[in-house]
Amino acid sequence: MEDHRRKLVTVVTEAVLEGTLAKDVERLGAHGFTITEARGSGSRGVRMSEWSPSRNIRLEVVCDAATADAISSHLAEKYYADYAMIVYVSDVVVLRPHKF
Amino acid sequence: MAAIDPIIMFFALGLLAGLLRSELRLPAAVYELVSMLLLLAIGLKGGVELAKQPFTTLLPQMLVVAAMGIGLSLIAFPVLKTIGRLSRADSASIAAHYGSVSVGTYAVAAAFLLSRQIPFEEHMPLLLVTLEIPAILVGILLARGVSKDMPLGPVMHEVLLGKSIVLLVGGLVIGWVAGADGLTTIKPLFFDLFYGILALFLLEMGLVTATQFGSLRRSGAFLLAFGVGMPLFSSVVGSLLGWILGLSVGGTAMLAVMAASASYIAVPAAMRVSVPEANPTLSLAAALGVTFPFNVTVGIPLYYAIAARVHTMLGG
Repeated sequence: MEDHRRKLVTVVTEAVLEGTLAKDVERLGAHGFTITEARGSGSRGVRMSEWSPSRNIRLEVVCDAATADAISSHLAEKYYADYAMIVYVSDVVVLRPHKF
Repeated sequence: MAAIDPIIMFFALGLLAGLLRSELRLPAAVYELVSMLLLLAIGLKGGVELAKQPFTTLLPQMLVVAAMGIGLSLIAFPVLKTIGRLSRADSASIAAHYGSVSVGTYAVAAAFLLSRQIPFEEHMPLLLVTLEIPAILVGILLARGVSKDMPLGPVMHEVLLGKSIVLLVGGLVIGWVAGADGLTTIKPLFFDLFYGILALFLLEMGLVTATQFGSLRRSGAFLLAFGVGMPLFSSVVGSLLGWILGLSVGGTAMLAVMAASASYIAVPAAMRVSVPEANPTLSLAAALGVTFPFNVTVGIPLYYAIAARVHTMLGG
């Protein structure tokens, strides 16, 4: 019986990091990712959606637990200090485990 | 009344709406389109004139303008670090902002001169493009020091292939190749509607500037003083260089405006990637919260007066 459980890593961060993060997660073992535009507010201030220096993105990766750990620790180490970013990991169930 | 006044009133409208927390927002795509149209219009106009000038006369001007960008950042850095007591990264980042140029401010200045029938050299957009980049490199060097493993690749890729440069240079090339006759078909959109598009742009800029006032209040008096003082100083430098280069009064005024303007799109993005320790709120508060509104309302007429004064005092 295949294990259909995977992890969902969600990163909400500054839009300038989109390109860099895409390369990072693929290098760390992600098979793909999804990006949506986001806006909001947090400890580093309000992030508006229509003003490009202040845009946010939400990047989501479905992967196995090991990759999720690798991605989370890499992001925390490299970006937490200087960029507005939150990362959270949740449990998901996928229909096609071989894709992740 | 000169056509510039309604445009500034759009800025004031946006500013007021923002400060009063109106729900007014320009959709992001509209803002992007408006800035693209401005960039292309500026490039196209400049390109048409480029064909009339041999490149060899323009190259020394470009080099002087690039040197001006470098020089202004190098002057701003110690002021920020020693007097402002900002961190090295913040000082380098803000210095890069002020050594570079704001296309929005350039557009308003061009409209200002055009509406008063004051001519200026049509190849100004070429100097505009030249001024964008050197300060960014200076900022990165000042923040990091000269080190072997400086990954400039991604930053330079983003800067050189960013929206501003691609559209300005692209517009210049298209205008140059097509010439004035070739552009008659697209003239209505880019040239005839220029003022209207600029008005929408300034409406959005007013809204965005209002959002910076909060962080400005927290940043203190130094940033406010720097945001006004640095442009004033730079405008004098730009005026003198314009006269030395033999530009007309209008051209000198444009160079002064370019020197006095601070980037708030290209440089913040470049700094975010290459000097991440720098606080983006600080540099944006200065460039957008103080300098842009100052330049657009008081600065441009003032810099024109300075340029005219330089010409009368030094002759020519």
